[in-house]
Amino acid sequence: MDLVDFARGPALKVAFVVFFIGVLWRLVNVILLRHGRMLSEPRRSVGAALLGGIKGMGSRSWPHPEFIKRTVTGEALGYSYHIGLFIVILFFAPHVIFFGSLVGMRWSTLPNSIITIFSVITLTLFVAVLSRRVGHPVLRHLSNFDDYFSWFVVALVLITGLMATAHVGGPYQTILGLHILSFDLLLLWYPFGKLMHAFYIFPTRAIDGYLMTRKGAPS
Amino acid sequence: MARPDTELTIGELLDRNGVSRRSFIKYCTAMASLLALPPLAARAMAAQLRAARRPSVIYLSFQECTGCLESLTRSFAPTVENLIFNVISLDYDDTLMAAAGAQAEQARAQAMEANYGKYLLVVDGAVPTADGGVYHCAAGRSGLDILSECAKGAAAIVAVGTCASFGGLPFADPNPTGARAISSLVPGKPVVNVSGCPPIPEVIAGTLLQYVTTGRVPDLDEHLRPTVFYGNSIHDRCYRRPFYDRGEFAKTFDDEGARNGWCLYELGCKGPTTYNACATLKWNNAVSFPIQSGHPCLGCAEPDFWDRGSFYSPIPTARWGKAGEVSPAQAGTLAGVAALAGAAIGAGSVVLARKRINRNKRTKSHDSEKGNEE
Repeated sequence: MDLVDFARGPALKVAFVVFFIGVLWRLVNVILLRHGRMLSEPRRSVGAALLGGIKGMGSRSWPHPEFIKRTVTGEALGYSYHIGLFIVILFFAPHVIFFGSLVGMRWSTLPNSIITIFSVITLTLFVAVLSRRVGHPVLRHLSNFDDYFSWFVVALVLITGLMATAHVGGPYQTILGLHILSFDLLLLWYPFGKLMHAFYIFPTRAIDGYLMTRKGAPS
Repeated sequence: MARPDTELTIGELLDRNGVSRRSFIKYCTAMASLLALPPLAARAMAAQLRAARRPSVIYLSFQECTGCLESLTRSFAPTVENLIFNVISLDYDDTLMAAAGAQAEQARAQAMEANYGKYLLVVDGAVPTADGGVYHCAAGRSGLDILSECAKGAAAIVAVGTCASFGGLPFADPNPTGARAISSLVPGKPVVNVSGCPPIPEVIAGTLLQYVTTGRVPDLDEHLRPTVFYGNSIHDRCYRRPFYDRGEFAKTFDDEGARNGWCLYELGCKGPTTYNACATLKWNNAVSFPIQSGHPCLGCAEPDFWDRGSFYSPIPTARWGKAGEVSPAQAGTLAGVAALAGAAIGAGSVVLARKRINRNKRTKSHDSEKGNEE
């Protein structure tokens, strides 16, 4: 069994299982934990609060006008590399075949040149994000191993993917094997680090929006 | 008295057979081109070849289908007759030689004795090693025994075909005969793998010719294959590569994409992971190669290509265990079971956390009651 077969075979299977166990474990954990009772008199109805929850998912995903000058760099960087990542992950032909084989359907792909451009831009933004985190005095103090390792596992997938596409760094099979292995590592780390924000982000914003509306505050 | 053929140089043999200098230079130029050597190398090659004696070649066949030899006999440059009459001295090949039985074995023994340490051993097929090697016997001896004997006095060994190079079909799981690649059975001997099922005839002939010309084993890749022929992937040299880059793929064998000659990647083409010269040298005197004929590359020049699931399963598909490609249903079931297990663990951990919190609360209130009493 060579590296590619190991990476897309047993290693992927283990990573896949750990990913699903971990994600559900953490989600159920958060949902079932006892939440603090709301002690104040409800200002708005449950229906209005539910709408506030939906609104919260949107309003909290956009910079607050009052703080926009201070947060715009981080927000712009964050949005840009997330969009780049989504395009590369979802529209590169081999990725479509890979995910398509697991879900039983395929969708349109983008030409390699466009994917390469997005990959390079995304990787550049990734480096910029890391530089900002290391260089910013507040961010640096707020960061821990989780932040850096989460950055590393995603960047590793991007770098090895670019290397495989450009055929640099060694034989194609070896780099492809490393690329898939780095994706396996990402799946293994996903539920236990800050990458889990992908699952938490909208439910938590909705809950915040709901509670704020219920208490009469803008969501 | 005329000297025997074995003592004549290739140049003397060519002169005797009436091959003109011009024809010979043209031939060497073609070979230099095939080996990707600079144009001036053709003259050096011609001079070297003319002065060289034809090396003795012993060709052994083990667990194989004779496809490799069939392939070699379809070589156009050099042609097989040119190769075996003018360039090498094929002293033993039980498929091609006229002699049979004891006479054939005697010819092999004589050639080995006369050229000990100098002859070239060409092998096609894997060698079975299970149960004392009984699954391949010739002249009452096991293949393993014959290979060991012939390898001892060989200057170099050329493993022709994927079976000889990597074990091939006989080596495929469950490998009941204990088939093994030649390189794993001849420690210390220089081995050149010319993989492919079968290899391109010009690649086999070119590798032999390169050895005769330079007198040494060519530059090899990590799988011991000559880099001159196996240095590039099929994908990198494929004329359909622009379609891959543009994201234009045939989805089935008879759709519009297939009719337009688009990339066969989604139909399981192994071109990106296969290193061979099919896309450049092609087959049948450079007429075509599988991808040009509308079929994905099977990856036959790579190790274990038989054990990599369906030929029509694209490279980037998940493969778990021996079943091969994972179906969406299997992936969904596994994800579902894992998710249920995760949910159960999550719920269990919440129950434990709540018990711990309640216990702590009880202990706290008990302590405070005790404090009040005191």
